[in-house]
Amino acid sequence: MTVNTPHSKSVPPPAPAGGVSWFYDPKIRGYASQIIVVALLLWGLYVIIGNTQANLTKLNQNFGFGFLTQAAGFDLSTSLIEYSSTSTYGRAIFAGLLNTILVAVLGIIFATIIGFLVGVMRLSKNRVVAGAATLYIELIRNVPLLLQIFMWYALVLKPLPGVKDAHSLFGIVFLSKKGIVMPHPNFGPGAWAGLLFLVAALVGTWLFRRRARKLQDETGKITPVWLISIPIIILSPFIGLALAGWPLAFDYPELKGFNFSGGMTMVPEMAALLIALIVYSATFIAETVRSGIQAVSHGQSEASSALGLSRGRALRLVIIPQAMRVIIPPLASQYLNLTKNSSLAIAVGFPDLMYAGGTVNNQSGKAIEVVFILMVVYLSLSLFTAAFMNWFNSRMKMVER
Amino acid sequence: MKFLKLLALTSVFGFSAAAANAATLDDVKAKGFVQCGVSQGLIGFSNPDDKNNWTGLDVDFCKAVAAAVLGDATKVKYSPLSAKERFTALQSGAIDVLSRNSTWTMSRDTSLGLSFVGVTYYDGQGFMVPTKLGIKSAKELNGASVCTQTGTTTELNLADYFKANKMEYKIVAFEKNEEVLKAYQEGRCDVFTTDQSGLYAEVLKFANPADHMVLPEIISKEPLGPVVRQGDAQWFNIVKWTYYATLNAEELGVTSANVDDMKKSANPEIQRLLSVAVKNPDGTDADNDFGKGLGLGPDWAYNIVKQVGNYSEIFDRNLAQLKIARGKNALWSAGGLQYAPPIR
Repeated sequence: MTVNTPHSKSVPPPAPAGGVSWFYDPKIRGYASQIIVVALLLWGLYVIIGNTQANLTKLNQNFGFGFLTQAAGFDLSTSLIEYSSTSTYGRAIFAGLLNTILVAVLGIIFATIIGFLVGVMRLSKNRVVAGAATLYIELIRNVPLLLQIFMWYALVLKPLPGVKDAHSLFGIVFLSKKGIVMPHPNFGPGAWAGLLFLVAALVGTWLFRRRARKLQDETGKITPVWLISIPIIILSPFIGLALAGWPLAFDYPELKGFNFSGGMTMVPEMAALLIALIVYSATFIAETVRSGIQAVSHGQSEASSALGLSRGRALRLVIIPQAMRVIIPPLASQYLNLTKNSSLAIAVGFPDLMYAGGTVNNQSGKAIEVVFILMVVYLSLSLFTAAFMNWFNSRMKMVER
Repeated sequence: MKFLKLLALTSVFGFSAAAANAATLDDVKAKGFVQCGVSQGLIGFSNPDDKNNWTGLDVDFCKAVAAAVLGDATKVKYSPLSAKERFTALQSGAIDVLSRNSTWTMSRDTSLGLSFVGVTYYDGQGFMVPTKLGIKSAKELNGASVCTQTGTTTELNLADYFKANKMEYKIVAFEKNEEVLKAYQEGRCDVFTTDQSGLYAEVLKFANPADHMVLPEIISKEPLGPVVRQGDAQWFNIVKWTYYATLNAEELGVTSANVDDMKKSANPEIQRLLSVAVKNPDGTDADNDFGKGLGLGPDWAYNIVKQVGNYSEIFDRNLAQLKIARGKNALWSAGGLQYAPPIR
């Protein structure tokens, strides 16, 4: 870094016979101050690390991550990977991380959908619709999230029956205080055909869309690409599976004693956390969307209707692309907030990263190491989300000519 | 100059932080109270009333330490801690003693930088189920959902027990005890597990205690006792001998009611407990002040018994309401496990 010295450039100071004393040389001063700051910083770090080390030694503890390979000894209520009490501490933290990612991804998807809908609703000319959206936003975003998580947990749990009287949907999906149990798909050999057909359908749609655009450029004729493609995309994996001889079996849940066995379960803790996160984050996303749309000047919609675009196409081709560049940066921070807010899962006992880390900390006593791991992981998650959103932003931002 | 000041300031800060956990006794004397880590509410062990007055066996133990060190059993400040927070709070020096129904295990004793002082209460883990399930034994719990608290030995014993008996279970674990209880009462899980004394204590808070029953199996040893930081031998001794003083007092029949009279007792054991100076035959004073060895005044044990009571008084005051019998916690002379080395 160079030192900013505006005076030395424009008005050269009258140099005395012996030159400027080094003490007043802005360049030397700049370097000196920077060296001092860096030295202080390093020294501070040294003191902190040394102090921690000394205190740990005094407590007969040593810093290290060897404990991660020890058996955890505790169970988690839900995990995306194989996990039991004989797994390691490291695996417990990893299982927690996957649960955090699951909640964050599902939360982001649904909060975005609801947020966009509510944001547009708030701008509706229909007073009832706009009023309902405003009420929802103002009510939800002004109540602490933790409180809402507790509320949803109570609301989710209270009205549900016990397993013996579980609500059943076609006898294959069951809803009770112990969660939602669904059939679990088991793919046999040849199931890749379904995936292959899905990929083929997606590639086909992409080619079809390119052709349709070309056709529109040449003739002005508009092809309803999505109307044709979406059913094909949805149906294609099933066609693939059918051709492969249907190598798909379902593991159906069955009531055995205290619980359903088989199938896959979404525990009420996760449901409560997800609902709370979605409902809460959607309000902020809605406001972001509203501000984005309002940032596009009214002249733009007038201009597009002058060009003869329909309302829907004007919104899709003119308004939204311009609104997006206002929406995306704050949207990225909403996603980061949602991811970090998911750490409140511990309040309702959902085994996310924070929960698993906290339990590992308590059972192993490695507070500093665990907190360090948690910080690094949350930071990486956030940086990853931010990097993705930056990439998305640079793709969506207006090309300036 | 500014730089130098900053330098001096940082170094002072750095070194004072390093020296913070040197002598707990001096710290406690200087601040004038004992900072005691307790539970967030467990009847019989540490429980606050609506005026935030804490009572319980663990609480009385903190009071006894304050009585021994400061001569005033009321000089205690309480830090309610979750199971997860408790050891970190002690390690970091936020509390002076952890008296929070904590189980003494080898790993906790050897790898946390902490030392368990003794066993103030011998407990074991049990299960509670709603009576309507019609279950008579823990062996019938295959497939059940079990509610418990995270970061406890309970959580670990539970996994071991079901594994050893080749049974499946689903864990539902919360950070706070009250959340565990709420989930159990809501029917989120079929079984509630914690130390058996805890089961008896918690059932009293339920709307219909008769609708729940404690299963006969005890699946673990849960020796509960106070914990201090490792490396401060003096403080460790003080807390340890506070506990022993309550036991010795019970054994010698010294109670809060008769301790003043007991000072006149001719029993040498009582004289040593209460630091009563006696004349040797040659006319010199025999030194009966065992407080010295702890760095405390001669009245250390007198204050404990006078202000808090002996072990049986503490037990009866706190655990009788739960209808918990002395059982293993009776004195060794009555067939129990409570045994204190002699004061001499």
